[in-house]
Amino acid sequence: MGSKVTAILVWVSTLILYPSMATAERTDGILSTVNLPAPGSRIANEMYDLHMYVLWICVVIFVGVFGTMLYSVIVHRKSKGFKAANFHHSTTVEIIWTIIPFFILFGMAFPATQTVVDMKDTSTPDITIKATGYQWMWGYDYLAGEGEGIKFLSRMSTPREQIKNEAPKGENYLREVDNNVVVPVGKKVRVLLTSNDVIHAWSVQQLGVKQDAIPGFIRDAWFKADKPGIYKGVCSELCGKEHAFMPIVVEVLAENEYTKWVASKNQESAEPAVDINKEFTMDELKAAGEKVYAGNCAACHQANGKGISGTFPGLDGSKIAVGPKDDHIKMVLNGKAGTAMAAFKHLSDVDIASVVTYERNAWSNTTGDIVQPSEIKAFRN
Amino acid sequence: MAAVHHPDNGIDHEHEHHGPPSGIMRWLTTTNHKDIGTLYLWFSFAMFLTGGVMALTIRSELFQPGLQIVEPEFFNQLTTLHGLVMVFGAIMPAFVGFANWQIPMMIGAPDMAFARMNNWSFWLLPPAALLLISSFFVPGGAAAGGWTLYPPLSVQMGMGMDMTIFAVHILGASSIMGSINIVTTILNMRAPGMTMMKMPLFVWTWLITAYLLLAVMPVLAGAVTMLLTDRQFGTNFFNAAGGGDPVMFQHIFWFFGHPEVYIMILPAFGIVSQVIPTFARKKLFGYSSMVYATASIAILSFVVWAHHMFTVGMPVTAQLFFMYATMLIAIPTGVKVFNWTATMWRGSMTFEAPMLFSIGFIFLFTIGGFSGIVLAIVPVDIVLQETYYVIAHFHYVLVSGSLFGLFAGTYYWLPKWTGNMYDEGLAKTHFWCSMIFFNITFFVQHFLGLAGMPRRVPDYALQFADFNMISTIGAFGFGFSQLIFLYCIIKCIRGGQKATDEVWEGADTLEFTDLPSPAPYHSFETAPKVK
Repeated sequence: MGSKVTAILVWVSTLILYPSMATAERTDGILSTVNLPAPGSRIANEMYDLHMYVLWICVVIFVGVFGTMLYSVIVHRKSKGFKAANFHHSTTVEIIWTIIPFFILFGMAFPATQTVVDMKDTSTPDITIKATGYQWMWGYDYLAGEGEGIKFLSRMSTPREQIKNEAPKGENYLREVDNNVVVPVGKKVRVLLTSNDVIHAWSVQQLGVKQDAIPGFIRDAWFKADKPGIYKGVCSELCGKEHAFMPIVVEVLAENEYTKWVASKNQESAEPAVDINKEFTMDELKAAGEKVYAGNCAACHQANGKGISGTFPGLDGSKIAVGPKDDHIKMVLNGKAGTAMAAFKHLSDVDIASVVTYERNAWSNTTGDIVQPSEIKAFRN
Repeated sequence: MAAVHHPDNGIDHEHEHHGPPSGIMRWLTTTNHKDIGTLYLWFSFAMFLTGGVMALTIRSELFQPGLQIVEPEFFNQLTTLHGLVMVFGAIMPAFVGFANWQIPMMIGAPDMAFARMNNWSFWLLPPAALLLISSFFVPGGAAAGGWTLYPPLSVQMGMGMDMTIFAVHILGASSIMGSINIVTTILNMRAPGMTMMKMPLFVWTWLITAYLLLAVMPVLAGAVTMLLTDRQFGTNFFNAAGGGDPVMFQHIFWFFGHPEVYIMILPAFGIVSQVIPTFARKKLFGYSSMVYATASIAILSFVVWAHHMFTVGMPVTAQLFFMYATMLIAIPTGVKVFNWTATMWRGSMTFEAPMLFSIGFIFLFTIGGFSGIVLAIVPVDIVLQETYYVIAHFHYVLVSGSLFGLFAGTYYWLPKWTGNMYDEGLAKTHFWCSMIFFNITFFVQHFLGLAGMPRRVPDYALQFADFNMISTIGAFGFGFSQLIFLYCIIKCIRGGQKATDEVWEGADTLEFTDLPSPAPYHSFETAPKVK
């Protein structure tokens, strides 16, 4: 008798305490591995609470239904000599268990509706940032608000050796990028989403944002971070072979820190840009081109230029890379419709000139061609 | 009536002057619903093992972070083909196999309405499967855009995608013919006295499923045809640069896709609704509300499709509409679970393998149903969309739902089909192994999803390592448990304790009450009388 009562007490107290533990200590301890991460914005907080609320309603119903079934399974057995009853319907009971769930669902839908309306209200932002999905990186343009005019690309910075198990994995394995999206704390940031090639999705769980980036269309979402820190996300729509390798890192700074960051970024771009009319040497272009190649092309065409047989053509000795220069430049600028070859218009003239020069003179390709940035500029016009 | 109670077992019936051809020609030319049912079931089991091998390759790659055994593009091909093979090759044909074997016997009909078309519906499947599997070996490999085939990614693929599209066309044609056959058989060939509201629930669920198939398979065919012309003939249905819209594909696909998930679960509801009353030795509780609930689920399935697309950027009103409509499905589904529980309540239960799998079905399918409600709540879905939580959710409804329903049905009717009892000990081992390993595999994926692990990735951050390892171990356990099933079936076919005509003490449908075990090659040439 005593042990049974104790067992029941333990069960009941666990059931009551578990949710309160979960809400009180959102990320600490063991719960952090089995629940949503700590929310970093009001909307994410509401999402977290809604999830806990719905989950516990489900748990209570589950225990009720399967408690009944378990009792029946234990007691109503032929082996215990239980004789089957004869009832097979009851209109009253059936009406009751059709109506009650309706009210429970209403209780879930009501708070959810408020959050949906809030979540979709992207009006009056302090800062507007356009995020563009590329296979496989993100491009950011600060369109309005403090920092207007800043633009950069953001690529995963985890080295290939770690992915191929040739080097020990760092603590931020697959969750680190070369350029973080920097935003100020407590400001409403509106993110406009689009894509250059296939559908991607911009998702940062702790800020309560997940929005598909659709080529040819603009969609939007918003967040307002509660406190400074690093918030990590991933591309959340299958976008090809490197889908796992295009993370998102949002760096939230205090307001004055953000102002400093904007100033430093502006200074960078104010520094005299490379004169595109300058004549570059082959070595300069090849050295720069190798870097551009590693960042944009090597995922498919491979560092050794051999491609992947049947899927991605090699460039080493290919018709385009050793054929007429103009076709090669057009291919890089515009891509090839109906294939995985995307347009790379978003790269600078210098980058495109260097990478084309590199491809035409790397591996066994020895065309000797030099492509100058000015030629790319002419092509664009 | 004498012919019904003492039918000839063999094929040398007086009406049957010639036996079926023997060897391979018997199976190629057969128009017998039992033969065709058998073909469907073996075909689906072969596909189940094929899709299973793909699943285990996927889980092996995910055993540890980093890329170990497959390259990312091949990984994407595996996830895509695993989905297509399991949905179109394993689960759907298996239910059609059950329909072929059982519907004529359960309604007292001699065969399916269109016997030759029945043969054709089956023999379309192997070429389609061949197209899917052989696409791995063409330049560029198999389709790698996910089983949902979203453009523009699917426009980038090589010829493997065209083979997939062609395979989907063929499979769709097969499903449509099968459905026409099932609808016609049920509506026209019931024994005298069997009114619609006296039909066994399995027959009811299949009637409704067949209508769903007829409504949505042409929609899928349309979607993939547009994809094909976008890829090959310069149209721009899904290309924004040409005035199209990639999101339109998703709307069309999921208008097919959501009824599709009920196509895969309603017949399982039917099987469970036969099994539970038999082993509780008590009539099904609330027969008519079960029929109405099934019909409501089917009708609602046409107005919830966009809950698969909450992150594409819909207006507030659309998100709210699809959230409410989706939540409503919980009501008829709840009615079913309550009715099954009430059927068990104060019954006189025994727990043979079909009953174990049915109870396992209710228990785990309900977990999948609850995670479905969680996902229906738009703000929560925004956090969980495209994560492992979704993977866990649909494997709870498709594996421990549809597949467990299929296992329950197999053990339930196998003695009637073969005339031999299966080995109960082996079957119970199969159940407990499947139950335990299934949960080891998929329960932890809820945690992975909540913590933010995206789906369709060959590699992941270090924080997800532990649960992935557990999940992979579970997957191998689950995979090998199915070999027990295979062994158990073969053993039962080859011999064993003879089954009685009734097979189960509490069974009350025509195949158990009016036919011997094994059921003769031609049954109910004279229609039975239904009271």
